[in-house]
Amino acid sequence: MLAAKLIQQQGIEVEGINFFTGFCVEGHTHAIRGRDRSRAKRNNALWVAEQLGIKLHIIDVVEEYKDVVMNPRHGYGANLNPCLDCKIFMVHKAHDWIRQNGFDFIITGEVIGQRPKSQRKRYMPVIAAESGADDLLLRPLCARTLPPTLPEREGWVDREQLRDFSGRSRKPQMALAAQFGFEDYAQPAGGCCFLTDQSYSVKLQDLWDNRGSRQYELDDIMLLKIGRHIRPSRDFKLIIAREEGETKYLSGYRRQFQTIRTVSHGGPLALIEGATLDTEQLQLACAITARFSQGRDADSVEVEFSDHGGESQSIHVKPLRADEIDPEWVIV
Amino acid sequence: MSDIVELDARRLLCPMPVIRLQDCINRQPDGARVRISCTDPGALNDIPTWCRINGHQVLATDETADEIVFLVLKNTDAG
Repeated sequence: MLAAKLIQQQGIEVEGINFFTGFCVEGHTHAIRGRDRSRAKRNNALWVAEQLGIKLHIIDVVEEYKDVVMNPRHGYGANLNPCLDCKIFMVHKAHDWIRQNGFDFIITGEVIGQRPKSQRKRYMPVIAAESGADDLLLRPLCARTLPPTLPEREGWVDREQLRDFSGRSRKPQMALAAQFGFEDYAQPAGGCCFLTDQSYSVKLQDLWDNRGSRQYELDDIMLLKIGRHIRPSRDFKLIIAREEGETKYLSGYRRQFQTIRTVSHGGPLALIEGATLDTEQLQLACAITARFSQGRDADSVEVEFSDHGGESQSIHVKPLRADEIDPEWVIV
Repeated sequence: MSDIVELDARRLLCPMPVIRLQDCINRQPDGARVRISCTDPGALNDIPTWCRINGHQVLATDETADEIVFLVLKNTDAG
């Protein structure tokens, strides 16, 4: 937002590009969970574009991004976040975009030293080189700490009006925001990618380990954001809604999964991910699901199990006690 | 008046409904109308915002318990 405003102030036309990888945090969970419904559901990229008065192009890169997540050349960060490869990928895509759409150069909001890996000074030239953008990549917030780029050398941009921010402190950015009159902005230190989240990364690693492959589909990574994930055996995993909003969302997957729904008591919908269950596994899955219903202390809870073909059967189970759920089953 | 292009974005979460609308609108001639059905409550904010910043018009919004339907006009002066 600040980088774009600095460039706009020089009378240069700016348009925004926002890449949707499937791992984006905002919007999704806010919309699903009832407890989050009072929070603003704005998409931050759209909101920023409107504040700046610029167009925004949202680009679906879910398929192409898989290779970045599965095979990061520069490795992962603290979790399954391939931040450096991600940055290179996005700048590369932006470079393609400006060539196709008649724009002259790319700007990003990077600040040297702001983040532990992808924004180290020594990686700045790596991103520019490996993305193919080279010196068409301008970082207005820290440009004066870096060698002049083509837009600066050619005089398209006045380097003196750019900034020399560096380090983890965000006070200079906050001061600049105040100078521009921005009273609201996206939470600066809040991660915008689920791959930086430890719990999410554990779930993704579990998915990969139990499939024996790192391949994934969009639905897989969306479902990792929702519900309790409980894997009582390598053969199957339960995704159990935590509240009404999640039950509603998961019900959209009823045709793709075996499901369990409590009938005699209020309770969640559970999706079963895995092969067809044997009788013992099915009883266990139902008893676990019943544990999270309002009948958790009852002697018997009736559940409805629906198989892949949509055939349903009623099953009565005694809910598991809390101490009967092996902590190792719970994927967090 | 041209026919309305129907777009199903039900079950898709933010920002996929916006991406579907954007990609559809980009393929339509100026003045086209697109009706998009969404279930993500975030669309109530995102679709009108996307339309405003890109110069399109939301002609109507119909919200029920389970679904939000927008009728969008691709403006002739939109870039």
